[in-house]
Amino acid sequence: MINYQKIKEELNMTGEQIMKVTGILLENLIPTLKIFGFTLLFSIPLGLIVAALKMCRFKPISWLTNLYILIMRGTPLMLQIIVVYYALPFLKTAAKGSGGFVESLLSGVDPAAESFMFTMVIIAFVLNYAAYFAEIFRGGIESIPRGQYEAAAALGMTKAQTFFRIILPQVIKRIVPASSNEVITLVKDTSLANVVAYSEIMLAAKQQMMNYSSLVPLFIAGVFYFVMATVLTALFGFIEKKLNYYR
Amino acid sequence: MSILSVKNLSKSFGKLEVLNDISFNVEQGEVISIIGPSGSGKSTLLRCINQFEKIDSGECEICGITMTRNDENGKAVYADNKTLHDIRLKIGLVFQNFNLFPHMSVLKNITEAPVHVLKQDKAQAEQTAMELLGKMGLADKANEYPCNLSGGQQQRVSIARALALSPELLFFDEPTSALDPELTGEILKVIKSLAEEKMTMVIVTHEMQFASEISDRVIFMDGGYVIENGTPDEVFNNSQNERTRQFLERYHS
Repeated sequence: MINYQKIKEELNMTGEQIMKVTGILLENLIPTLKIFGFTLLFSIPLGLIVAALKMCRFKPISWLTNLYILIMRGTPLMLQIIVVYYALPFLKTAAKGSGGFVESLLSGVDPAAESFMFTMVIIAFVLNYAAYFAEIFRGGIESIPRGQYEAAAALGMTKAQTFFRIILPQVIKRIVPASSNEVITLVKDTSLANVVAYSEIMLAAKQQMMNYSSLVPLFIAGVFYFVMATVLTALFGFIEKKLNYYR
Repeated sequence: MSILSVKNLSKSFGKLEVLNDISFNVEQGEVISIIGPSGSGKSTLLRCINQFEKIDSGECEICGITMTRNDENGKAVYADNKTLHDIRLKIGLVFQNFNLFPHMSVLKNITEAPVHVLKQDKAQAEQTAMELLGKMGLADKANEYPCNLSGGQQQRVSIARALALSPELLFFDEPTSALDPELTGEILKVIKSLAEEKMTMVIVTHEMQFASEISDRVIFMDGGYVIENGTPDEVFNNSQNERTRQFLERYHS
Protein backbone atom coordinates (compact mmCIF):
# COMPACT_ATOMS: atom_id res chain seq x y z
CA MET A 1 0.00 0.00 0.00
CA ILE A 2 1.31 3.42 -0.89
CA ASN A 3 1.18 5.80 2.01
CA TYR A 4 -0.27 8.91 0.34
CA GLN A 5 -0.37 10.76 3.61
CA LYS A 6 3.41 10.33 3.90
CA ILE A 7 4.01 11.56 0.35
CA LYS A 8 1.88 14.58 1.04
CA GLU A 9 3.93 15.36 4.14
CA GLU A 10 7.17 15.08 2.19
CA LEU A 11 6.03 17.51 -0.44
CA ASN A 12 4.18 19.83 1.84
CA MET A 13 5.71 23.25 2.23
CA THR A 14 3.94 26.53 2.78
CA GLY A 15 4.17 29.23 0.13
CA GLU A 16 6.27 31.31 2.46
CA GLN A 17 8.72 28.44 2.95
CA ILE A 18 8.94 27.90 -0.79
CA MET A 19 9.72 31.58 -1.33
CA LYS A 20 12.40 31.40 1.33
CA VAL A 21 14.05 28.33 -0.21
CA THR A 22 13.84 29.91 -3.67
CA GLY A 23 15.62 32.97 -2.27
CA ILE A 24 18.40 30.83 -0.81
CA LEU A 25 18.82 28.95 -4.10
CA LEU A 26 18.83 32.25 -5.96
CA GLU A 27 21.78 33.39 -3.83
CA ASN A 28 23.55 30.21 -4.83
CA LEU A 29 22.90 30.87 -8.49
CA ILE A 30 25.89 33.21 -8.50
CA PRO A 31 28.52 30.58 -7.60
CA THR A 32 26.89 28.22 -10.12
CA LEU A 33 27.14 30.86 -12.83
CA LYS A 34 30.72 31.58 -11.75
CA ILE A 35 31.72 27.96 -12.34
CA PHE A 36 29.87 28.01 -15.66
CA GLY A 37 31.42 31.27 -16.86
CA PHE A 38 35.00 30.66 -15.78
CA THR A 39 34.96 27.13 -17.18
CA LEU A 40 33.89 28.41 -20.61
CA LEU A 41 36.31 31.32 -20.45
CA PHE A 42 39.33 29.07 -19.98
CA SER A 43 38.32 25.73 -21.49
CA ILE A 44 37.51 27.10 -24.96
CA PRO A 45 40.95 28.66 -25.64
CA LEU A 46 42.63 25.68 -23.94
CA GLY A 47 40.53 23.36 -26.09
CA LEU A 48 41.78 25.14 -29.19
CA ILE A 49 45.37 24.64 -28.04
CA VAL A 50 44.72 20.97 -27.22
CA ALA A 51 43.15 20.48 -30.68
CA ALA A 52 46.24 22.04 -32.27
CA LEU A 53 48.54 19.77 -30.21
CA LYS A 54 46.54 16.71 -31.19
CA MET A 55 46.88 17.62 -34.87
CA CYS A 56 50.63 18.23 -34.38
CA ARG A 57 52.70 16.31 -36.91
CA PHE A 58 55.33 15.53 -34.26
CA LYS A 59 53.85 12.22 -33.13
CA PRO A 60 54.90 12.12 -29.41
CA ILE A 61 53.02 15.38 -28.79
CA SER A 62 49.96 14.05 -30.58
CA TRP A 63 50.10 10.82 -28.54
CA LEU A 64 50.46 12.65 -25.21
CA THR A 65 47.50 14.84 -26.11
CA ASN A 66 45.52 11.74 -27.01
CA LEU A 67 46.32 10.25 -23.62
CA TYR A 68 45.16 13.43 -21.87
CA ILE A 69 41.88 13.42 -23.81
CA LEU A 70 41.42 9.71 -23.13
CA ILE A 71 41.81 10.20 -19.37
CA MET A 72 39.58 13.27 -19.23
CA ARG A 73 36.81 11.62 -21.20
CA GLY A 74 37.36 8.18 -19.72
CA THR A 75 36.93 9.04 -16.02
CA PRO A 76 34.02 10.73 -14.25
CA LEU A 77 34.20 14.49 -13.82
CA MET A 78 33.16 13.99 -10.20
CA LEU A 79 36.24 11.86 -9.59
CA GLN A 80 38.44 14.44 -11.30
CA ILE A 81 37.07 17.21 -9.10
CA ILE A 82 37.78 15.20 -5.96
CA VAL A 83 41.33 14.30 -7.09
CA VAL A 84 42.21 17.88 -8.02
CA TYR A 85 40.71 19.19 -4.81
CA TYR A 86 42.56 16.80 -2.51
CA ALA A 87 45.88 16.75 -4.36
CA LEU A 88 47.39 19.84 -2.74
CA PRO A 89 46.13 19.21 0.81
CA PHE A 90 47.59 15.68 0.56
CA LEU A 91 50.90 17.09 -0.63
CA LYS A 92 50.83 19.60 2.21
CA THR A 93 50.38 16.85 4.79
CA ALA A 94 53.15 14.82 3.17
CA ALA A 95 55.53 17.78 3.10
CA LYS A 96 54.84 18.75 6.69
CA GLY A 97 58.00 19.23 8.74
CA SER A 98 60.29 18.85 5.76
CA GLY A 99 61.00 22.57 5.98
CA GLY A 100 61.71 22.64 2.29
CA PHE A 101 60.58 24.78 -0.56
CA VAL A 102 57.49 22.64 -1.13
CA GLU A 103 56.29 23.12 2.44
CA SER A 104 56.57 26.89 2.30
CA LEU A 105 54.88 26.89 -1.09
CA LEU A 106 51.95 24.85 0.23
CA SER A 107 51.68 26.63 3.56
CA GLY A 108 48.93 28.86 2.19
CA VAL A 109 46.77 25.93 1.11
CA ASP A 110 43.57 25.87 3.12
CA PRO A 111 41.12 23.23 1.88
CA ALA A 112 38.25 24.85 3.76
CA ALA A 113 38.78 28.25 2.16
CA GLU A 114 36.17 29.28 -0.36
CA SER A 115 38.79 30.65 -2.79
CA PHE A 116 40.83 27.44 -2.71
CA MET A 117 37.72 25.35 -3.29
CA PHE A 118 36.65 27.52 -6.19
CA THR A 119 40.09 27.48 -7.83
CA MET A 120 40.34 23.70 -7.65
CA VAL A 121 36.82 23.21 -8.97
CA ILE A 122 37.56 25.51 -11.90
CA ILE A 123 40.84 23.71 -12.66
CA ALA A 124 39.05 20.34 -12.75
CA PHE A 125 36.20 21.65 -14.91
CA VAL A 126 38.54 23.44 -17.33
CA LEU A 127 40.79 20.39 -17.76
CA ASN A 128 37.76 18.20 -18.39
CA TYR A 129 35.85 20.50 -20.73
CA ALA A 130 38.95 21.47 -22.71
CA ALA A 131 39.26 17.81 -23.72
CA TYR A 132 35.71 17.72 -25.04
CA PHE A 133 35.99 21.09 -26.75
CA ALA A 134 39.30 20.03 -28.32
CA GLU A 135 37.59 17.10 -30.03
CA ILE A 136 34.81 19.35 -31.30
CA PHE A 137 37.31 21.89 -32.62
CA ARG A 138 39.44 19.21 -34.25
CA GLY A 139 36.42 17.73 -35.99
CA GLY A 140 35.45 21.20 -37.20
CA ILE A 141 38.92 22.09 -38.44
CA GLU A 142 39.34 18.77 -40.25
CA SER A 143 35.99 19.17 -41.97
CA ILE A 144 37.13 22.25 -43.89
CA PRO A 145 38.03 21.20 -47.45
CA ARG A 146 41.68 21.33 -48.48
CA GLY A 147 40.73 23.65 -51.34
CA GLN A 148 40.17 26.46 -48.84
CA TYR A 149 43.78 26.21 -47.64
CA GLU A 150 45.04 26.01 -51.22
CA ALA A 151 43.00 29.01 -52.36
CA ALA A 152 44.37 31.04 -49.45
CA ALA A 153 47.92 29.89 -50.18
CA ALA A 154 47.57 30.72 -53.87
CA LEU A 155 46.53 34.24 -52.84
CA GLY A 156 49.74 34.60 -50.81
CA MET A 157 48.09 34.50 -47.38
CA THR A 158 50.26 33.49 -44.43
CA LYS A 159 49.41 30.44 -42.30
CA ALA A 160 48.09 32.68 -39.52
CA GLN A 161 45.94 34.71 -41.92
CA THR A 162 44.63 31.52 -43.47
CA PHE A 163 43.66 30.09 -40.11
CA PHE A 164 42.13 33.15 -38.49
CA ARG A 165 40.51 34.75 -41.54
CA ILE A 166 39.50 31.75 -43.67
CA ILE A 167 39.38 28.54 -41.63
CA LEU A 168 38.28 29.56 -38.12
CA PRO A 169 35.15 31.53 -39.17
CA GLN A 170 33.94 28.49 -41.09
CA VAL A 171 34.85 26.15 -38.23
CA ILE A 172 32.79 28.23 -35.78
CA LYS A 173 29.67 27.85 -37.89
CA ARG A 174 30.14 24.11 -38.14
CA ILE A 175 30.77 23.50 -34.43
CA VAL A 176 27.88 25.53 -33.01
CA PRO A 177 25.47 22.55 -32.72
CA ALA A 178 28.05 20.30 -31.03
CA SER A 179 29.22 23.12 -28.77
CA SER A 180 25.69 23.93 -27.66
CA ASN A 181 25.38 20.34 -26.45
CA GLU A 182 28.55 20.72 -24.42
CA VAL A 183 27.58 24.09 -22.94
CA ILE A 184 24.14 22.85 -21.88
CA THR A 185 25.74 19.80 -20.28
CA LEU A 186 28.12 22.12 -18.45
CA VAL A 187 25.31 24.10 -16.85
CA LYS A 188 24.03 20.88 -15.29
CA ASP A 189 27.52 19.55 -14.51
CA THR A 190 28.20 22.58 -12.28
CA SER A 191 26.12 20.69 -9.70
CA LEU A 192 29.04 18.25 -9.32
CA ALA A 193 30.99 20.92 -7.44
CA ASN A 194 28.91 20.00 -4.38
CA VAL A 195 31.10 16.89 -3.87
CA VAL A 196 33.81 19.09 -2.39
CA ALA A 197 31.21 21.09 -0.47
CA TYR A 198 31.51 24.11 -2.71
CA SER A 199 28.23 25.83 -2.13
CA GLU A 200 26.20 26.21 -5.27
CA ILE A 201 22.57 25.48 -6.14
CA MET A 202 22.75 21.70 -5.71
CA LEU A 203 24.46 21.81 -2.31
CA ALA A 204 22.01 24.46 -1.08
CA ALA A 205 19.05 22.44 -2.33
CA LYS A 206 20.26 19.33 -0.51
CA GLN A 207 20.69 21.30 2.70
CA GLN A 208 17.18 22.76 2.39
CA MET A 209 15.80 19.31 1.63
CA MET A 210 17.11 18.08 5.00
CA ASN A 211 16.10 21.28 6.69
CA TYR A 212 12.43 20.94 5.69
CA SER A 213 12.36 17.14 5.29
CA SER A 214 10.86 17.83 1.89
CA LEU A 215 11.68 17.08 -1.72
CA VAL A 216 10.37 20.45 -2.87
CA PRO A 217 13.78 22.25 -2.68
CA LEU A 218 15.12 19.68 -5.16
CA PHE A 219 12.25 20.43 -7.53
CA ILE A 220 13.00 24.14 -7.25
CA ALA A 221 16.66 23.41 -8.03
CA GLY A 222 15.50 21.39 -11.04
CA VAL A 223 13.50 24.37 -12.28
CA PHE A 224 16.62 26.56 -11.95
CA TYR A 225 18.68 24.21 -14.15
CA PHE A 226 15.81 23.79 -16.57
CA VAL A 227 15.42 27.54 -17.02
CA MET A 228 19.18 28.02 -17.55
CA ALA A 229 19.27 25.21 -20.13
CA THR A 230 16.26 26.67 -21.92
CA VAL A 231 17.84 30.11 -22.09
CA LEU A 232 21.04 28.57 -23.51
CA THR A 233 19.06 26.55 -26.05
CA ALA A 234 17.36 29.72 -27.25
CA LEU A 235 20.69 31.56 -27.34
CA PHE A 236 22.34 28.87 -29.47
CA GLY A 237 19.31 28.76 -31.73
CA PHE A 238 19.77 32.49 -32.24
CA ILE A 239 23.51 32.11 -32.94
CA GLU A 240 22.84 29.33 -35.46
CA LYS A 241 20.33 31.54 -37.23
CA LYS A 242 22.77 34.45 -37.25
CA LEU A 243 25.44 32.27 -38.85
CA ASN A 244 23.03 31.04 -41.48
CA TYR A 245 23.81 33.86 -43.91
CA TYR A 246 25.79 31.39 -45.97
CA ARG A 247 25.75 27.67 -46.59
CA MET B 1 62.40 36.77 -71.06
CA SER B 2 60.06 33.87 -70.50
CA ILE B 3 57.27 34.32 -67.98
CA LEU B 4 57.64 30.68 -67.05
CA SER B 5 60.49 28.35 -67.76
CA VAL B 6 60.47 24.72 -66.67
CA LYS B 7 63.52 22.54 -67.26
CA ASN B 8 63.74 18.80 -66.65
CA LEU B 9 61.10 18.76 -63.94
CA SER B 10 60.54 15.34 -62.35
CA LYS B 11 58.25 14.31 -59.55
CA SER B 12 57.26 10.99 -58.07
CA PHE B 13 54.92 9.88 -55.34
CA GLY B 14 56.89 7.07 -53.74
CA LYS B 15 57.70 4.70 -56.58
CA LEU B 16 55.14 6.15 -58.94
CA GLU B 17 56.76 8.62 -61.32
CA VAL B 18 54.07 11.14 -62.18
CA LEU B 19 56.20 13.70 -64.01
CA ASN B 20 59.21 12.78 -66.09
CA ASP B 21 61.71 15.29 -67.37
CA ILE B 22 59.15 17.98 -68.22
CA SER B 23 60.47 21.04 -70.05
CA PHE B 24 58.56 23.93 -71.56
CA ASN B 25 58.49 27.72 -71.72
CA VAL B 26 55.67 30.23 -71.60
CA GLU B 27 56.36 33.59 -73.22
CA GLN B 28 54.74 36.89 -72.38
CA GLY B 29 51.18 37.07 -73.73
CA GLU B 30 51.03 33.43 -74.76
CA VAL B 31 48.09 31.14 -74.13
CA ILE B 32 49.07 27.52 -73.60
CA SER B 33 46.66 24.65 -73.21
CA ILE B 34 47.73 21.44 -71.56
CA ILE B 35 45.67 18.45 -72.66
CA GLY B 36 45.92 14.75 -72.02
CA PRO B 37 44.08 11.82 -70.47
CA SER B 38 43.28 11.63 -66.76
CA GLY B 39 46.33 10.62 -64.76
CA SER B 40 48.71 12.01 -67.36
CA GLY B 41 50.15 14.43 -64.81
CA LYS B 42 48.68 17.71 -66.07
CA SER B 43 47.19 18.71 -62.75
CA THR B 44 50.23 17.57 -60.82
CA LEU B 45 52.43 19.69 -63.07
CA LEU B 46 50.27 22.70 -62.31
CA ARG B 47 50.31 21.90 -58.59
CA CYS B 48 54.11 21.65 -58.66
CA ILE B 49 54.51 25.05 -60.29
CA ASN B 50 52.10 26.48 -57.71
CA GLN B 51 54.10 24.98 -54.82
CA PHE B 52 51.37 22.62 -53.63
CA GLU B 53 53.63 19.67 -54.39
CA LYS B 54 57.39 19.51 -53.94
CA ILE B 55 59.30 18.50 -57.04
CA ASP B 56 62.19 16.02 -56.92
CA SER B 57 64.38 17.64 -59.51
CA GLY B 58 64.27 20.31 -62.14
CA GLU B 59 64.65 24.04 -62.60
CA CYS B 60 61.68 26.40 -62.53
CA GLU B 61 61.85 30.09 -63.18
CA ILE B 62 58.91 32.46 -62.97
CA CYS B 63 59.37 35.98 -64.37
CA GLY B 64 63.10 35.52 -64.15
CA ILE B 65 62.98 34.55 -60.46
CA THR B 66 64.37 31.12 -59.68
CA MET B 67 61.94 28.92 -57.76
CA THR B 68 64.01 25.73 -57.86
CA ARG B 69 67.42 24.80 -59.16
CA ASN B 70 69.27 21.51 -59.10
CA ASP B 71 72.10 20.88 -56.66
CA GLU B 72 75.18 18.87 -57.65
CA ASN B 73 73.26 15.61 -57.07
CA GLY B 74 70.45 16.70 -59.39
CA LYS B 75 68.01 17.26 -56.51
CA ALA B 76 65.75 20.29 -56.62
CA VAL B 77 66.60 23.05 -54.15
CA TYR B 78 63.89 25.62 -53.44
CA ALA B 79 64.44 29.36 -53.07
CA ASP B 80 63.95 30.96 -49.64
CA ASN B 81 60.44 31.55 -48.30
CA LYS B 82 60.36 35.25 -49.14
CA THR B 83 61.20 34.51 -52.77
CA LEU B 84 58.65 31.70 -52.91
CA HIS B 85 56.02 34.10 -51.56
CA ASP B 86 56.92 36.69 -54.22
CA ILE B 87 56.65 34.03 -56.92
CA ARG B 88 53.24 33.00 -55.62
CA LEU B 89 51.93 36.51 -56.09
CA LYS B 90 53.10 36.53 -59.72
CA ILE B 91 50.87 33.55 -60.49
CA GLY B 92 47.09 33.60 -60.32
CA LEU B 93 45.32 30.28 -59.93
CA VAL B 94 41.76 29.31 -60.87
CA PHE B 95 40.59 26.01 -59.42
CA GLN B 96 38.32 23.38 -60.82
CA ASN B 97 36.03 23.68 -57.78
CA PHE B 98 36.32 27.47 -57.52
CA ASN B 99 37.29 27.34 -53.83
CA LEU B 100 35.67 30.64 -53.04
CA PHE B 101 35.50 31.56 -49.36
CA PRO B 102 31.86 30.74 -48.49
CA HIS B 103 31.69 33.02 -45.45
CA MET B 104 32.65 36.12 -47.40
CA SER B 105 30.63 38.14 -49.87
CA VAL B 106 31.70 38.17 -53.50
CA LEU B 107 33.33 41.57 -53.02
CA LYS B 108 35.18 40.46 -49.88
CA ASN B 109 36.40 37.31 -51.65
CA ILE B 110 38.10 39.53 -54.20
CA THR B 111 39.45 42.23 -51.86
CA GLU B 112 40.68 39.87 -49.13
CA ALA B 113 44.14 39.26 -50.60
CA PRO B 114 44.78 42.77 -51.99
CA VAL B 115 43.93 44.27 -48.58
CA HIS B 116 45.57 41.73 -46.28
CA VAL B 117 48.43 40.43 -48.41
CA LEU B 118 49.36 43.41 -50.60
CA LYS B 119 48.22 45.86 -47.86
CA GLN B 120 46.28 47.88 -50.39
CA ASP B 121 43.94 50.60 -49.27
CA LYS B 122 40.47 49.09 -48.77
CA ALA B 123 38.64 51.66 -50.89
CA GLN B 124 41.12 51.22 -53.71
CA ALA B 125 40.88 47.43 -53.53
CA GLU B 126 37.09 47.63 -53.63
CA GLN B 127 37.20 49.90 -56.66
CA THR B 128 39.48 47.48 -58.48
CA ALA B 129 37.22 44.59 -57.45
CA MET B 130 34.14 46.36 -58.78
CA GLU B 131 35.89 47.01 -62.08
CA LEU B 132 36.81 43.33 -62.33
CA LEU B 133 33.27 42.27 -61.44
CA GLY B 134 31.96 44.61 -64.11
CA LYS B 135 34.23 42.95 -66.62
CA MET B 136 32.90 39.56 -65.54
CA GLY B 137 29.33 40.81 -65.86
CA LEU B 138 28.72 40.36 -62.14
CA ALA B 139 28.68 43.93 -60.82
CA ASP B 140 25.22 43.37 -59.35
CA LYS B 141 26.40 40.34 -57.37
CA ALA B 142 29.06 42.12 -55.29
CA ASN B 143 27.17 41.69 -52.02
CA GLU B 144 25.89 38.17 -52.63
CA TYR B 145 27.41 35.14 -50.96
CA PRO B 146 28.95 32.45 -53.18
CA CYS B 147 26.25 29.93 -52.25
CA ASN B 148 23.68 32.10 -54.02
CA LEU B 149 25.55 32.07 -57.32
CA SER B 150 25.51 29.53 -60.13
CA GLY B 151 28.67 27.51 -60.78
CA GLY B 152 29.54 29.66 -63.76
CA GLN B 153 29.13 32.83 -61.73
CA GLN B 154 31.25 31.39 -58.91
CA GLN B 155 33.98 30.54 -61.37
CA ARG B 156 33.92 34.06 -62.79
CA VAL B 157 34.26 35.44 -59.26
CA SER B 158 37.25 33.19 -58.70
CA ILE B 159 38.83 34.47 -61.91
CA ALA B 160 38.25 38.04 -60.68
CA ARG B 161 39.77 37.08 -57.33
CA ALA B 162 42.92 35.80 -59.05
CA LEU B 163 43.14 38.87 -61.28
CA ALA B 164 42.83 41.25 -58.31
CA LEU B 165 46.46 40.55 -57.44
CA SER B 166 47.52 41.58 -60.98
CA PRO B 167 49.39 38.35 -61.67
CA GLU B 168 51.87 38.02 -64.54
CA LEU B 169 50.57 34.57 -65.32
CA LEU B 170 47.18 32.96 -64.85
CA PHE B 171 46.75 29.21 -64.38
CA PHE B 172 43.46 27.41 -64.91
CA ASP B 173 43.03 23.91 -63.52
CA GLU B 174 40.17 22.42 -65.56
CA PRO B 175 38.09 25.55 -65.06
CA THR B 176 34.95 24.13 -66.64
CA SER B 177 35.06 20.50 -65.43
CA ALA B 178 32.70 21.15 -62.51
CA LEU B 179 30.20 23.02 -64.70
CA ASP B 180 27.39 21.74 -66.84
CA PRO B 181 27.80 22.40 -70.58
CA GLU B 182 25.48 25.40 -70.53
CA LEU B 183 27.65 27.21 -68.00
CA THR B 184 30.92 26.20 -69.66
CA GLY B 185 30.41 28.75 -72.41
CA GLU B 186 30.40 31.77 -70.13
CA ILE B 187 33.75 30.80 -68.62
CA LEU B 188 35.31 30.16 -72.01
CA LYS B 189 34.10 33.57 -73.12
CA VAL B 190 35.85 35.21 -70.16
CA ILE B 191 39.09 33.35 -70.90
CA LYS B 192 38.85 34.39 -74.52
CA SER B 193 38.49 38.05 -73.59
CA LEU B 194 41.50 37.75 -71.29
CA ALA B 195 43.45 36.27 -74.19
CA GLU B 196 42.52 39.26 -76.32
CA GLU B 197 44.02 41.49 -73.61
CA LYS B 198 47.26 39.50 -73.95
CA MET B 199 47.02 37.92 -70.50
CA THR B 200 49.59 35.14 -70.23
CA MET B 201 47.68 31.95 -69.43
CA VAL B 202 48.22 28.23 -68.96
CA ILE B 203 45.01 26.23 -69.15
CA VAL B 204 44.65 22.59 -68.18
CA THR B 205 41.52 21.52 -70.00
CA HIS B 206 39.44 18.80 -71.58
CA GLU B 207 37.73 21.26 -73.94
CA MET B 208 39.55 20.32 -77.14
CA GLN B 209 37.60 22.62 -79.43
CA PHE B 210 38.23 25.54 -77.13
CA ALA B 211 41.91 24.69 -76.71
CA SER B 212 42.42 24.63 -80.45
CA GLU B 213 40.66 27.97 -80.91
CA ILE B 214 42.27 29.96 -78.18
CA SER B 215 45.79 28.57 -77.73
CA ASP B 216 49.03 29.75 -79.20
CA ARG B 217 50.48 26.39 -78.30
CA VAL B 218 49.11 23.09 -77.09
CA ILE B 219 51.00 20.67 -74.88
CA PHE B 220 49.87 17.06 -74.95
CA MET B 221 50.85 15.01 -71.91
CA ASP B 222 50.60 11.30 -71.32
CA GLY B 223 52.01 9.05 -68.59
CA GLY B 224 53.93 11.90 -67.02
CA TYR B 225 55.70 12.92 -70.23
CA VAL B 226 55.25 15.87 -72.55
CA ILE B 227 54.47 14.03 -75.78
CA GLU B 228 53.89 17.06 -77.93
CA ASN B 229 54.32 20.80 -77.71
CA GLY B 230 53.24 22.75 -80.79
CA THR B 231 50.69 25.00 -82.41
CA PRO B 232 47.07 23.83 -82.27
CA ASP B 233 47.28 22.99 -85.96
CA GLU B 234 50.38 20.83 -85.44
CA VAL B 235 48.90 18.96 -82.50
CA PHE B 236 45.26 18.65 -83.50
CA ASN B 237 45.49 18.21 -87.26
CA ASN B 238 48.94 17.10 -88.22
CA SER B 239 50.26 15.10 -85.31
CA GLN B 240 52.89 12.55 -86.27
CA ASN B 241 52.56 10.92 -82.87
CA GLU B 242 50.51 7.74 -82.61
CA ARG B 243 49.50 8.34 -78.99
CA THR B 244 48.30 11.90 -79.68
CA ARG B 245 46.21 10.79 -82.62
CA GLN B 246 44.69 7.98 -80.59
CA PHE B 247 43.75 10.36 -77.79
CA LEU B 248 42.27 12.99 -80.10
CA GLU B 249 40.28 10.44 -82.10
CA ARG B 250 38.28 9.56 -79.05
CA TYR B 251 37.32 13.20 -78.66
CA HIS B 252 36.37 13.72 -82.26
CA SER B 253 34.22 10.64 -82.51
